[in-house]
Amino acid sequence: MAAHPPGQTVEHAHPGAREYIIIAAILGIITAIEVAVYYVDSLRPILPPTLIALSAVKFALVVMFYMHLKFDHPIFTGMFLFGLATALFTFVGFLFLFGFVGVFH
Amino acid sequence: MATVTAPTTPARGGLIARPIAPTGVWSWLTTVDHKRIGILYGSTAFFFFLVGGIEALLMRTQLIRPDSTFLGPGEFNALFTMHGTTMIFLVVMPLSAAFFNYIVPLQIGARDVAFPRLNAFSYWVFLSGAVLMHLGFLVRSVPDVGWFAYANLTSRAFSPSGSVDFWVVGLQVLGVASMAAALNFLITIIQLRAPGMSLMRMPLFTWTTLITSILMVLAFPVVTVALVELMFDRLFGTNFFNTAQGGDPILWQHLFWVFAHPEVYILILPAMGIVSEIIPTFSRKPLFGYPFMVYAVASIAFLSFTVWAHHMFTTGLGPIAVSFFAASTMLIAVPTGVKIFNWISTVHGGALSLKTPALFALGFVGLFTIGGLSGVMHASPPVDTQQQDTYFVVAHFHYVLFGGSIFGLFGGLYYWFPKFSGRMLDETLGVWNFILMFVGFNLTFGPQHFLGVDGMPRRIFTYPPNMGWDLWNLVSTVGAYILGLAVLVLMYNVFKTLRSGERAGNDPWDGRTLEWAIASPPPHYNFATIPTVNSRDAFWAEKHPYLGTHELASNTSELAVAGNPGAEAPIPDAHDPRGAEPEHDGHGHIHMPDPSYWPLIAGLGIFVTGLGLLFSIPLVPIGLFILIASVYGWSLEPVNG
Amino acid sequence: MAAAVAPPIAPAHVEEHQGATGLNTRKLLMWAFLGSDCMFFGSLIGTYLVYRGRTAIHPLPREVFDIPYTSVSAFALLMSSLAMVLALAAIQHGDVRRLKIWLLTTAGLGLVFIGGQIYEFTTFGAEGLNLSTSIFGSTFFVLTGFHGAHVSLGIVWLLSLFMLARRGIITQERSLDVEIGGLYWHFVDIVWIILFTVVYLIPI
Repeated sequence: MAAHPPGQTVEHAHPGAREYIIIAAILGIITAIEVAVYYVDSLRPILPPTLIALSAVKFALVVMFYMHLKFDHPIFTGMFLFGLATALFTFVGFLFLFGFVGVFH
Repeated sequence: MATVTAPTTPARGGLIARPIAPTGVWSWLTTVDHKRIGILYGSTAFFFFLVGGIEALLMRTQLIRPDSTFLGPGEFNALFTMHGTTMIFLVVMPLSAAFFNYIVPLQIGARDVAFPRLNAFSYWVFLSGAVLMHLGFLVRSVPDVGWFAYANLTSRAFSPSGSVDFWVVGLQVLGVASMAAALNFLITIIQLRAPGMSLMRMPLFTWTTLITSILMVLAFPVVTVALVELMFDRLFGTNFFNTAQGGDPILWQHLFWVFAHPEVYILILPAMGIVSEIIPTFSRKPLFGYPFMVYAVASIAFLSFTVWAHHMFTTGLGPIAVSFFAASTMLIAVPTGVKIFNWISTVHGGALSLKTPALFALGFVGLFTIGGLSGVMHASPPVDTQQQDTYFVVAHFHYVLFGGSIFGLFGGLYYWFPKFSGRMLDETLGVWNFILMFVGFNLTFGPQHFLGVDGMPRRIFTYPPNMGWDLWNLVSTVGAYILGLAVLVLMYNVFKTLRSGERAGNDPWDGRTLEWAIASPPPHYNFATIPTVNSRDAFWAEKHPYLGTHELASNTSELAVAGNPGAEAPIPDAHDPRGAEPEHDGHGHIHMPDPSYWPLIAGLGIFVTGLGLLFSIPLVPIGLFILIASVYGWSLEPVNG
Repeated sequence: MAAAVAPPIAPAHVEEHQGATGLNTRKLLMWAFLGSDCMFFGSLIGTYLVYRGRTAIHPLPREVFDIPYTSVSAFALLMSSLAMVLALAAIQHGDVRRLKIWLLTTAGLGLVFIGGQIYEFTTFGAEGLNLSTSIFGSTFFVLTGFHGAHVSLGIVWLLSLFMLARRGIITQERSLDVEIGGLYWHFVDIVWIILFTVVYLIPI
């Protein structure tokens, strides 16, 4: 798009190739950390929350920067987050209902 | 007269030339016009209403007396399965879709939906799904596991015949149709509103369409996964619901109800939207508490994802889960109650005109309230434990789905029939239709509350004498036959009207919303000039600019007499959507989306894939190939003109 | 499968729709679809999680998983997102040549991922794990299989964009077509970010 259509955020905040490559490097490093942490026995007890947090960071980086949500109109973020939130609520609910989080059964 | 240029030569460049004929069978098969698609959905839905109704009459005939041998248990199981599945997926949903299709673009001042070919596609896929679901009748292997198909009755071990597969494949295909339609309407309402029509100025029916579409888009993927898991268990020997390998049938129930509870709101919200249009129009008064009506619909939709396990109170969820879902279920009654009070408040102080649409809308309010009350009873787990799987539940959901959805949709039919057809349905026959339906409905389902409390279980093909159930079953069956008579009256009314009914003008009811501003039926392009909207009830505001939005308009009030009455009210030229010069694009004509073969061919591809899954696996790649090829054809199709 | 059949490429001279919001209609459609796809994958992941640790039949997850191997293919998919966003940046600057290069790179990395998955699936099969072996076999193959199917569809989409670019149909004015394909591709990548952690890394 050569012109800036109304409703799009102005482009000077738009990341360029350099920023994308930096983000890719961060993604790669986090993945390496995830794998490394998997092999460290002393970290086993806190492995699930650690891995979830690391993955969440990767997820957010791709969604905000590669999928451009950070710079786009909030309605796109709203649509995506609503679906994501409903899915999280429901399927974390499943974990409770099937006895995985100690509250029931 | 607006000049719409139809292409005279087909455009070149696609795989096949794009169709151009405006009439004839092919024009219907290739239509992308939302009005025609609405008529296709509505007619198909009505056909299946008759099918489902006959299934119901057969069941009630069997249950008219104890120890009846009219039908056997296997046949009865197939009947209640198909009746429920048909009424939910092939009647109420497509009837709602018919109204979304026809009316929403008119109400928002648009010329068509955002994705016209996707719209046509959703209809053809719906038809495929309906046919696939019913193919079991041809091979005497009809689905017989209930419309909710609980595992592991549905496993190969316990349902070895292919009957369940028809249900699974049919419903999977119907899900594709629903997703396509819902995404389309969601985007249409966001994007194609006329200038000045902010969200809080939209008609309430458009709001309920928007919210229903959001519900569909979020709920259908879950049942898709459930159906995939069931299909894989049956076809490929996976173990999702196989207890021997650690599978848990309760997972089916959770996945199914996570979908199916929002689904029941998908079934009721459109009818609530229709009623929210009819009551203000026939009370000649704006909808009471419009913002709260909007917030109520949004809250109901949001909460509908938090209540699903109230269908599972008797499965041993544990006290904490049960309490959570009981609380959320009781909570969802609150916004529902707000809506009921607002409808009543709209009528109060208005000039109520009890024409047929208003009769059905008011019938909805009363009957839905009764169904809602029995629903709140179910919300209490200890009470539900007694009511579960009895006729009390059957009574509850028929009051909300028939007394609610069907009455609302029938009201919509009488209300908007003049717009679709240019003719008025006969009012006397309409009143008879309503009376028979109201009496028949209450005789059929009212006593089922008593039967439930007296312990009669659901889904039994017969019952022994001396249980104390004989009288109410008899009454219920008589009521069902009266319902059948009511439907015959409706059909006669429609038939008679289409042949020789009184012609309707643009605005036979002195309506409030934009669809009444244009001809009945509307021209192909809907609006010659896209209107600019300045308030809620945009058309009413233009007709009666001298009235404030809170004032009552009656035929005898001073203001009404002083101004021009009803349909002759002057409309400022600049905003006149009727008869004004059409807006010009660079070529001097209104550009409407062209018809297309590809939605039909894509639908065929899906149908063949479904056939393959049911009968002969080699058809699956053929069907998928047709589908993929049609996606390419669709994408690369040139534009005529 | 409830995949919405959205046409990837609009006809040649239809103006881009900017409706009441001033935003692009097709982009809104894609984001709405992705929001719903969260529920689709959420259900599959939910099923997987509910059944974790309930398998008694061998092979068990830790006996078949090869974490270093899978992390290489996960890395490939992550890098494919970089290639995708570089492809989009290229066409937004009117550089069709770089667009084609990066589209091919994205598709290629996607093929590496799929190839890796196919190899992994066949290895697991040889070790005695298939769809019907156990509850783990069922949930693993269906979950990762549907993800793989999404990736494969994405590869076909990318290659179609590449072919259209070769024919000169994708121009700077039509960069939205690439953007929408890119959104789908990135989504498929973020689902794998979750799957890699939940299925492979979090121990039972």
